[in-house]
Amino acid sequence: MAFAMGEVSKVCLAGEQQPVRVQPQSAPRQLLPKGRSRRCFTPLRAAGNPNVAAAAATAKPPAAAKKAIDQAYPGINPEKAEDLYRDMYLGREFEEMCAQMYYRGKMFGFVHLYCGQEAVSTGVIRHLRQSDYICSTYRDHVHALSKGVPAKNIMAELYGKKTGICRGQGGSMHMFSAEHGLLGGFAFIGEGIPVGLGAAFRSKYLRDALGDEGHDSVSVNFFGDGTANNGQFYECLNMATLYKLPCIFVVENNLWAIGMSHLRATGPSGIADEEPFIYKKGPAFGMPGVLVDGMDVRAVHKVAAEAIARARRGEGPTLIEAQTYRFRGHSLADPDELRSKEEKEKWLARDPIPMFAEWAVKEGLLTEGKIKELQQSVMAEVEEAVKFADESPKPEKGQLLENVFADPKGFGIDPSGKYRFEMPGFRSGEAAVS
Amino acid sequence: VGHYGGSYKVTYDLYKKYGDMRLLDTPICENGFMGMGIGAAMTGLRPIVEGMNMGFLLLAYNQISNNAGMLHYTSGGQYKVPMVIRGPGGVGRQLGAEHSQRLESYFQSIPGVQLVACSTAANAKALLKSAIRSDNPIIFFEHVLLYNVKGETKDGYYQPLEKAEMVRSGRDVTILCYSRMRYVVMQAVAELEKQGYDPEVIDLISLKPFDMEAITNSVKKTKRVIIVEECMKTGGIGASLSATINESCFDDLDHQVVRLSSQDVPTAYAYELEAATIVQPEQVVAAVQRVVGTPVSA
Repeated sequence: MAFAMGEVSKVCLAGEQQPVRVQPQSAPRQLLPKGRSRRCFTPLRAAGNPNVAAAAATAKPPAAAKKAIDQAYPGINPEKAEDLYRDMYLGREFEEMCAQMYYRGKMFGFVHLYCGQEAVSTGVIRHLRQSDYICSTYRDHVHALSKGVPAKNIMAELYGKKTGICRGQGGSMHMFSAEHGLLGGFAFIGEGIPVGLGAAFRSKYLRDALGDEGHDSVSVNFFGDGTANNGQFYECLNMATLYKLPCIFVVENNLWAIGMSHLRATGPSGIADEEPFIYKKGPAFGMPGVLVDGMDVRAVHKVAAEAIARARRGEGPTLIEAQTYRFRGHSLADPDELRSKEEKEKWLARDPIPMFAEWAVKEGLLTEGKIKELQQSVMAEVEEAVKFADESPKPEKGQLLENVFADPKGFGIDPSGKYRFEMPGFRSGEAAVS
Repeated sequence: VGHYGGSYKVTYDLYKKYGDMRLLDTPICENGFMGMGIGAAMTGLRPIVEGMNMGFLLLAYNQISNNAGMLHYTSGGQYKVPMVIRGPGGVGRQLGAEHSQRLESYFQSIPGVQLVACSTAANAKALLKSAIRSDNPIIFFEHVLLYNVKGETKDGYYQPLEKAEMVRSGRDVTILCYSRMRYVVMQAVAELEKQGYDPEVIDLISLKPFDMEAITNSVKKTKRVIIVEECMKTGGIGASLSATINESCFDDLDHQVVRLSSQDVPTAYAYELEAATIVQPEQVVAAVQRVVGTPVSA
């Protein structure tokens, strides 16, 4: 079995009797100082941050560093470390900016932020090619960013402008990008999983039924712990194994489905278990189940690499359960009263971004200066995104009827005998179409 | 659709010619495989998903409404869903309530889907060819009792999905019907002709959108409309058609639009009750007599 057992993940291949919790790699972090700002983390402005400075002081010399990295975390060289750090930092800054803009009345409705879970999005998606597919939920901004959708188009979409990635028609919960392989953005949980499966099916179909050898794209589905109790999840686990689809199921277990605790919603996963593990459901459906520390981007990166390689080789799907946490409420409208202060502080102390930065500096992969440079580049990108969104025009009424049907003949025939889309008023959104 | 040959053997032996992946037998998970079809359609394939009975599509409703109908719009036109959802529906012979559902109207309101009902061998073939080639999601209603109807088909002929079919041209009254009701109406017409009536019969074909050109031209000519449908009266296809005719042709009508629909009752198992639930030819005859009065030619 290709999956590494032990320190970075726990793999379940058959029903196991002892429940296991993965211990984090690094030593326990200090709690954040009191009186911090409204932001839920203190950004690593590297100069002056004691932890990074200390790490820099004890950084290994380059040659020794390279050897250590290759063994524990193959694939994380300095270039990769930069990519991982920048992507996580971009995710965080973008979401924090969304919160600001929401409270300033620039975006409305339900906005679900991803703060705290960046290691999962970055760790998995940064492996993927542009031709691979991902399918997300309403918590989709950062998945879109990791996949390469430009931040400015996502921000414009959140503002409801016509330069948004979905022309302002989708909004926060419905981000799509055909160019970057983002299949959505779905509001109902579990709804996207079959769609992601369809993309995996297409890849296998083109190869096996139409004999087109070049297709080995994979499809990754992201969803939460609440979804793991929904019928669509189980239907898809079965079909993915049955057809050996190049599909990866990533459960972002952040312990809460809005206000429903995972421990109150899910039964134990095995006869001797007391805790509900989702990864153990994998073997029941004929695929490996992998539990990984979702706050450690190196671990997620390693586990994802193997799952994706397995899928590309045609060996079938994998179920990955990433244990993570969202620092903010379910959405910006959620008062977040049910989660205890102790729980939040425990997870805040394991913020994936400073944790990775410290390690990278200690291993000699990144320097303080490089980190600062990446942070500034991200902040500039996010500022530019806001400016772009602010300055973009709103959709005109003429857009109302344009994308209802791919073939507008679907609006039917008017009494005069013409198709309705040929009538005046269709292009300006004024026509009666039913 | 594969080894079993499809519901009512519609895809009989096709898997031998095209293989198991193209005639994909799935486990019984309608919501799952409907969504899988949608994902495949979004990424470039043209799937045809069979509901073994259209009633089972209720289990796939989440995917049909939220995804098939909406994704082209919410993605700002980036993804299209060129799929056909087909299967047998309607009331059969004592199949019981859940297998005798007439739920065309349940899908009517979904923005972004088209509804088509075939009724003859010729239009079944021609419409399905068009539906497969259409870039829109099409819900294609076949009828359990019509699979044995024989008829001529034309090769290489594609019927437009939005146009109604003129079955019989006439002057007294416009009868709008679809699917099996076409045969019920034509049975009534045989009797009505003997009595001197001259009804115009139009097979709607397109349940959404309605072919307003064919319908309004006919209403202008006859000034009377009877809608004969197998849907329930409440919220049926006839209900929205009646409203549309009222809005478009109010000044042309000499009589209120009459709807002959099935009862708002689950289909019973017993033969007599089942027959009493749906529209029978005698009711059509009576309705024409009521609406037209004395036939013009008499």
